[in-house]
Amino acid sequence: MRPSSARLLNILVPIKRSIDYAVKIRVNPQQTGVETNVKHSMNPFDEIGVEEAVRLREKLKDAVKNITVVTIGPTKANEMLRTALAMGADKGIHIEIPETLSPEPLGVAKALKEVVNKEKPDLVILGKQAIDDDAGQTGQMLAGLMGWSQATFASKVEVDEPRGVVTVTREVDGGLQKVECKLPAIVTTDLRLNEPRYTSLPNIMKAKKKPIEKLSAEELGVDLRPRLETVKVTEPPKRKGGAKVESVDELVAKLKEAGVA
Amino acid sequence: MGKYKGQSRLVLKPKSTQEVSQIMKHCWERRIGVVPQGGNTGLVEGGGVPVKDEVVLNLGSMNKVRSFDPVSGALVADAGCVLEVLSQHIAPHGYIMPIDLGAKGSCHIGGNVATNAGGLRLLRYGSLHGTVLGLEVVLPDGTIIDQLSTLRKDNTGYDLKQLFIGAEGTLGIITGVSILTPPMPQSTNNLVLALNSFENVLPIFKKTRARLSEILSAFEYFDRNAYELVVKHKLGKPLAEDEIADAPAFVLVETSGGNKEHDEAKLQEFLEEVMSDESLVKTGVLAQATEQFQQLWALRESIPEAVSKEGKAYKYDISVPVSTFESVVAKTRERLQEKGLYQTPGGVREVVGYGHIGDGNLHLNVVAEKYSDEIEAALEPFVYELVESHRGSISAEHGIGLMKAHALHYSKSKESIALMKKIKNVFDERGIMNPGKVLE
Repeated sequence: MRPSSARLLNILVPIKRSIDYAVKIRVNPQQTGVETNVKHSMNPFDEIGVEEAVRLREKLKDAVKNITVVTIGPTKANEMLRTALAMGADKGIHIEIPETLSPEPLGVAKALKEVVNKEKPDLVILGKQAIDDDAGQTGQMLAGLMGWSQATFASKVEVDEPRGVVTVTREVDGGLQKVECKLPAIVTTDLRLNEPRYTSLPNIMKAKKKPIEKLSAEELGVDLRPRLETVKVTEPPKRKGGAKVESVDELVAKLKEAGVA
Repeated sequence: MGKYKGQSRLVLKPKSTQEVSQIMKHCWERRIGVVPQGGNTGLVEGGGVPVKDEVVLNLGSMNKVRSFDPVSGALVADAGCVLEVLSQHIAPHGYIMPIDLGAKGSCHIGGNVATNAGGLRLLRYGSLHGTVLGLEVVLPDGTIIDQLSTLRKDNTGYDLKQLFIGAEGTLGIITGVSILTPPMPQSTNNLVLALNSFENVLPIFKKTRARLSEILSAFEYFDRNAYELVVKHKLGKPLAEDEIADAPAFVLVETSGGNKEHDEAKLQEFLEEVMSDESLVKTGVLAQATEQFQQLWALRESIPEAVSKEGKAYKYDISVPVSTFESVVAKTRERLQEKGLYQTPGGVREVVGYGHIGDGNLHLNVVAEKYSDEIEAALEPFVYELVESHRGSISAEHGIGLMKAHALHYSKSKESIALMKKIKNVFDERGIMNPGKVLE
């Protein structure tokens, strides 16, 4: 445990470049995955994570020493780091991988563990899931690998920095749950945590001067190759339109036919 | 808008051009007035609303796409097709409609053509006078004129279709439209700039055109009052308050192009130039994802909705030189102040200005607690004379309809109006087509 008095917080926010949420997803003709030659943007849950880190600084002022954002992705993932820097992060780390490689949560968590060991953050804020794979595992796995406290699906985050604790309100089935974690800790964000700000032009200009460090999986000593093999990707069956029935008898007959009644 | 009320007792919904023709023949013989009706989204009560007890002819049941050529982009459709439905029909082929407006979910393509609707894409794709390739029209006596050409070039005789575009249903009923649709842009971006003063709009517009050239697809203006109304009624996500400070004017710039990297490089260059001169721009926002792209558009597109939530609106849709946009709004406000009607009980709540800089089209909206003769007398003919003094148009894209027929002379000479009346007579000597609209 680190000393608890008058410390400065370092925050790490991992972000992922994913297909823009408004894009209509199409399966590629080879049925090996989805069409990726479409608009990409920052995974919305990660954007909430960046926003939360920036808000913590606005609230705690100088007590937040540094906000670092990290991404694992192709060359273009650089743009996501620039967006996060424009929102208010201080430094970016880009673990560059080929566009064709799509790492799985465990690989990502192992890579993040190395970044955490290097950067020594007190708080890691991740999106609860990425909207492309919907795995929702990375934050938990990272907490496991680090042996840190974790608070997932956060809808409110309060840091009591002199005491070295973070209080997180979690959205759970049937209500809200409040948990207190000792720092260092892992927090994953839910949709209602905050509404991310616009990136203003003066800040976009300033972000160009902020540093982005490049790392490779080899340098970190991790293997990002997936362990699962995708056999086939297909679209869900088209929904059939409803129809009107003339009578109750017909309705019952149809239900029986469909095996409902 | 609840300002006019018709007393029609009969609405007909024909399913085919033949049926329209039969109805018109019958009405011609019996001298019964007919009002064609589309999606009922007009703002000057042109189509749709009968003056007395005319028959309403609603084209909503003529809603089939007749053909689409995925090579040329020529689309032929029934007049009653909803604009958005047409967009969805051609989207899988990689095309978009050349016009886009706030009412896209309910307005009909026939109504768009009949009123020569403008909208948000005019800067890029031009007016319907250019994109419409042909029309099928039923004349007041029931004659069907089939000019549904899909040719881009056709210099054989008078170009009759042009007469029906913008005639607001006073010369005949458009039953089918052939229109050229442009390819869908592969990459779109937008940004909002908060300006230090209105005087900066034109220098920025010039820079925008020079730097963004062929990818520029919209350049929209809104004043601070319009912005505040949208924020007040929670219809758009505001920019950071401390950054925009006292900015009196905003512009929205949209680009559409074929290559993301190319477009973004151009945008970066443009932004660096604009942001380097601090006297021009206070701050701005560049959309980072589709959600923000839509949020930024909402700031501009929600203004009409915010205006109607604020109160009863007197809407003037005028063409004036862009340099006079701010002064036209200011003079109108001064006029209302002089008359003791500005921000007084029962009076005018706000005067806002917004519009399409690219087309010199200003929407001047006066929002009042309620409609009153006093306010109307203060505004008309004041606004029309103001427009005339700038050699402007009293109706840039909304048309003349019933509401502005009396004011046509502010924008068109006596000789022009006399010729219009002659033309109307050639088509409709019995005066049964949309009576009372456009020409008094």
